[in-house]
Amino acid sequence: MEVSVKKRLLREMLFARRFEERCYEAYVERKIGGFLHLYPGEEACAHGVLEAARPGKDYVITGYRDHIHAIKCGSDPKAVMAELFGKETGCSKGRGGSMHIFDVEHRFMGGYALVGGPFPLAAGMAKAIQMKGDDDIAICFLGDAANNQGTFHESLNMAAVWKLPVLYVCENNLYGIGTRIDRSTAVIDQYKRACGYDMPAEQVDGQDVEVVYEAAKKAVDYVRSGKGPYFLELMTYRYRGHSMSDSNAYRQKDEERVWGARDPLVILRDRLVEAGEMTLDDFKDMDTEILENIENEIIKFSEESPDPNPAEVEKYVWAENDPYVHVGANGGAA
Amino acid sequence: MSQIMFWEALRRAQDEEMERDPMVICMGEDIGVAGGTYKATNGLYDKYGPERVMDTPISENGFTGLAIGASFLGVRPVVEIMSVNFAWLAMDQIFNSAAKVRYMSGGQLEAPVVIRSPGGTAHQLGAQHSARMEKVFMGIAGLRVVTPSNPRQAYGLLKSAIRCNDPVFINEHELMYNMKGDVPDDEYFMSLEGSEVARDGRDVTLFGYNISVHWALAAAEVLSKQHAIEAEVIDLYSLAPLDRAGIAASVRKTHRAVIIEEAEAPVGVGSEVMAIINEECFFELDAAPVRLSALNIPIPYAHVLEKAVMPKTDDIVKAVLKMHGRG
Ligand SMILES: Cc1ncc(C[n+]2csc(CCOP(=O)(O)OP(=O)(O)O)c2C)c(N)n1
Ligand SMILES: [Mg+2]
Repeated sequence: MEVSVKKRLLREMLFARRFEERCYEAYVERKIGGFLHLYPGEEACAHGVLEAARPGKDYVITGYRDHIHAIKCGSDPKAVMAELFGKETGCSKGRGGSMHIFDVEHRFMGGYALVGGPFPLAAGMAKAIQMKGDDDIAICFLGDAANNQGTFHESLNMAAVWKLPVLYVCENNLYGIGTRIDRSTAVIDQYKRACGYDMPAEQVDGQDVEVVYEAAKKAVDYVRSGKGPYFLELMTYRYRGHSMSDSNAYRQKDEERVWGARDPLVILRDRLVEAGEMTLDDFKDMDTEILENIENEIIKFSEESPDPNPAEVEKYVWAENDPYVHVGANGGAA
Repeated sequence: MSQIMFWEALRRAQDEEMERDPMVICMGEDIGVAGGTYKATNGLYDKYGPERVMDTPISENGFTGLAIGASFLGVRPVVEIMSVNFAWLAMDQIFNSAAKVRYMSGGQLEAPVVIRSPGGTAHQLGAQHSARMEKVFMGIAGLRVVTPSNPRQAYGLLKSAIRCNDPVFINEHELMYNMKGDVPDDEYFMSLEGSEVARDGRDVTLFGYNISVHWALAAAEVLSKQHAIEAEVIDLYSLAPLDRAGIAASVRKTHRAVIIEEAEAPVGVGSEVMAIINEECFFELDAAPVRLSALNIPIPYAHVLEKAVMPKTDDIVKAVLKMHGRG
């Protein structure tokens, strides 16, 4: 990977970390409501995979932990933050909230709150891509615990049978809320479950963005070549609770320490510093710049944006002026 | 009598039933080691162990089906579905298995399973976490649906539901788990069918269930203090079946009816109650019945929009005044 790319990825991941930390603060200040699931610790997953794909062009879908995936696809962080603030300028116009970031222009096809919901949706988008004959692919990011839903098995099977261009990325952070993977799941290594559907699969370190990138490159190339679906498991860890209402009390301190020492930002930063490509001061400057940008641009924009108009609460329920809702008297073309 | 919270009432009922009957088990996501999202199983894992307080994978249709299958052979499972929004995934097993097995086996099999789950709109949880599904459950033959509005009912209904040989769905509310109320210290049971008079009145009946009982009571206070109208509030804690006799008795007394529901109007509690009024006591009415429901839209995230969706005290008061020709 070229040095300039590494530096850019470091900046993006640092931005992601700071963005999420600022969300945390805004939640405490009650600027953000509802359920809020944050991504610190897992940054290398979204960044490594999407760096290997064509963000903004390939179709991406995920669960409720969705802010960073959208931003890496090209969504304006201002519109993402404004969505969390429930503003009309939010990417889902304040109707969605944290769990429902949507940015179809950048082919970020949404965050969904029901665990396992996106598996078949991703397969369906891949079916559409196949029918159109495009060389885009669909990429579905979900957690480890989601693989215990029936939709996981049903979707992997269909994707394999019909050779659909979909990449399933499992962000395995070892927990589904407070339940550790070995207490809920018979097969701990998630990539092995793809064998049941004769799907190529790999498990790699999800904390090292270069490792993720290399593995994802292989996976993306395979899927794009039309050979069918692929399953990529990334071993990772979330540094915060599952959502804002979770204290993490169920985790062992030792385990947190081990994973804390494998911070994806630190791994990449130290590598660049050791290679003499940047200094710690450069990193600090980068950080300061990011923090200022978040405060002066993103937060400011979100706070100053208008609330949605309650008179428009019923907008977006139905298609507007759809000619087939009221067909002419003789049933002729509308 | 003790003042306890709604979640404590549920916990107590489950604890007593588990202690009494070794075939009673609890299952659900994060209910064991973590004690349950709303603490309804707090401490039970330590007391009864992992075989009887089961942390399940995120496989709603799977574990609900498993509970139903176990109930065929005499186990009495209490399934907690973390949120009704996730119960959609278990609908196949609830409807196609639990609700029908007694009938289609000609009475040979039964599914004495309890499924508890919180619904409702809470605080900005968004479209996929704000479902009100009582209307869906109450339309299915073979499934009992109850919905407690206070800790006393929560305890009494859960106790009866566990002992009852029919499948029972208990519709709880996200916002009510910390509500406090009087609960008798001695063991008691509540009829799974029926309704309660939450407030006595003569001028109009306000029908509510679960959280909307509290909305109705708040409006009744305003009507009494500011307009000298005495509203009767009927708590429809049993949604399937609805208490036809109780509904008719109150309307015969007040001659006016308003139904307040947290869900959207179509195919809901309000439409059912109106149909019952039509069938049972149409000629007793002095005014056309009114239903006050949520707007028929997915629930928005933004606070200002979310607030606009639900009927408010003022809407109830206005509707009643209008019925009395004072609007
Ligand atoms: C159908 C459904 N069941 C339960 C939940 C509640 N829930 C939200 S996230 C979650 C854990 C998911 O864990 P995992 O798939 O590993 O993703 P992670 O949060 O760890 O990224 C659960 C049980 C839900 N949102 N949807
Ligand atoms: Mg997980």
